[in-house]
Amino acid sequence: MKKQTAGSLARKEAGWAYFFISPWVIGFILLTLGPMLISLYLSFTNYSLSSTVAPNLKPSLDNYINMFTQDPKFWHSLWVTILYSIVSVPLTLFFGFVVAYLLNLKVPGLPVWRTLYYLPSVTPAVAGAILWGIIFNPSFGIMNWFLSLISIKGPGWLSSQQWALPALIIMSLWGVGGGMIIYLAGLQGIPTTLYEAAEIDGANGFQRLSHITLPLMTPIIFFNLVIGIISSFQFFTGVYVLTRGGPADATLFYNLYLYNNAFRYNAMGYASALAWILFVIVLVLTLLVFKSSSFWVYYEGELRK
Amino acid sequence: MFKSSKRRELIIRIFALIGLTIGAALVMMPLVWMLLSSLKPPEQGNKWPPEWLPMSAEKVTINGKSLFVYAMPVDGQIKHLALLSKQGAMGTFIDPLNPQNTYQLTVNEGERVTTIGPRWQNYVDAMTKVPFGRYLINTLVVVVFGTIGTVVSCILVAYGFSRFRAKGLNWIFLVVLATIMLPAQVTLIPTFIIFKAIGWYDTLLPLIVPAFFANAWDIFLFRQFFMSLPLELDDAAKIDGAGPLQTLWYIILPQAKPVIITVTIFSILYAWNDFFAPLIYLQSEKNWTISLGLQMFNAIYRNNDALLLAASVVTLVPVVILFFVAQKYFIQGTVVSGIKG
Repeated sequence: MKKQTAGSLARKEAGWAYFFISPWVIGFILLTLGPMLISLYLSFTNYSLSSTVAPNLKPSLDNYINMFTQDPKFWHSLWVTILYSIVSVPLTLFFGFVVAYLLNLKVPGLPVWRTLYYLPSVTPAVAGAILWGIIFNPSFGIMNWFLSLISIKGPGWLSSQQWALPALIIMSLWGVGGGMIIYLAGLQGIPTTLYEAAEIDGANGFQRLSHITLPLMTPIIFFNLVIGIISSFQFFTGVYVLTRGGPADATLFYNLYLYNNAFRYNAMGYASALAWILFVIVLVLTLLVFKSSSFWVYYEGELRK
Repeated sequence: MFKSSKRRELIIRIFALIGLTIGAALVMMPLVWMLLSSLKPPEQGNKWPPEWLPMSAEKVTINGKSLFVYAMPVDGQIKHLALLSKQGAMGTFIDPLNPQNTYQLTVNEGERVTTIGPRWQNYVDAMTKVPFGRYLINTLVVVVFGTIGTVVSCILVAYGFSRFRAKGLNWIFLVVLATIMLPAQVTLIPTFIIFKAIGWYDTLLPLIVPAFFANAWDIFLFRQFFMSLPLELDDAAKIDGAGPLQTLWYIILPQAKPVIITVTIFSILYAWNDFFAPLIYLQSEKNWTISLGLQMFNAIYRNNDALLLAASVVTLVPVVILFFVAQKYFIQGTVVSGIKG
């Protein structure tokens, strides 16, 4: 008798649980799992919304074979994205860390500094891109004006094949504030007793940085690194507003190429294949984070209050 | 020894301040330039070297006529004269101080006198040359419904995951977490095709409805918070006869204000800034949101920097206000999403 009641209670509790999580479950089936399976299938077809393409919905490996063997733009967009991320991500990490480190030296006016550095990170992407487009104007922009002050004739930036990507990288540095806030929280979470102990042992500032601060921050730095690389693969708005991939594909980012295939060339099947390759790349990078979990065990226990 | 280490600390702090000042100047410069340039007259955008302050041409009113003031060389002196009329290269100038004195001078020999003067008209133009009000209403619809959908659905789902026991619940939660890693592009194309097939293309629905099905990230935030509240609270409420919904409403939510605010803010920010979904789903101008409208504005007024920047500032202001009002939650949210991911 008693057991039955407990059983029905448990069933009632489970019922409530499923009731409450149902919005997510329904959304997952309709907006994630279903579309995922369709997308996987489409990636093996030449599906298109336009009526001019003869549909061949029999699955084949053509998209993937073409992508790897006959589509230089695929490799090029991959290269552009990787080039951007291996320059922009470490620079953003470095400057974000430096600013956080300086702020953590107990300078006066911390909230004001934090606000100043963080403000660009909340700027709407379209507005930010328009602003930087004007700054990079080769004839009248302030970027070339600053360069002219030190007697450098500035390049054509966004209209130059060599300088368009560097211009976007400079633009990305404007967002150091986002990472800075995360580092600052990490730095503030390092127990001061560690520094005190090091000081008693006679460690100087540099030794404290290299033996305490940096090792304890590696998980956060590494995590930000991976997230940064992943978001390079999602980079879209800035490049869409400023260059649309030009000049001469110099800034053809992976995500933009995917967008072009899906919505400009109407090659939805091929775009789906690009999306799945993107997924694989992101998955590999994420696995790297998990592989490194031995790093993070320490701070998981230490930083949480 | 103590004294020297104190002095060293002071020196380090001074250097830190210098470094921070340089960095902050670099970071703020674009925004300052944006604000100042948004107030310039259109022709000032094409000046070399660039001028930071908005300058407008000085005018005087003589005999009811508004005239431009020029700095003209007269007998080896520079005089400020008003240009009355122009005949080819020559102009008839009047001395504003002694209107009976007129001069015939070559206009190109002098230049217009400018004074610092913001051109607020740019903001009026930016908001009236395109149906800005329409964009704003559309954006607010997306922001309000998207945020309500996100907050309500994520609270319910997180509540289900954190306060109840059921078979398979932990496994389902792992799936929730796994979706964080799923790039949106993987579901993009079928979702687009489906929304188009059910007639949602060129409506705001694809931007709003998905929010009501909860997202992994905010579920995670709410769940973390709910788990930190003692379960005894629920038991006490149960003994008092409260059902699960009442417990959520009267016991859990009043304590969850900080998380609710954080999620609300980031949801507002996301909906306000989102560009990709409006770009692919919204075709007719009457349905555009602010960010899409701004990009289209950018395509049309590419040669009028001042106007473009004024429009950009308009989209930036609400975000900055939100930031200053709720700075604490912004920073908390960024930190939590960064560290605990």
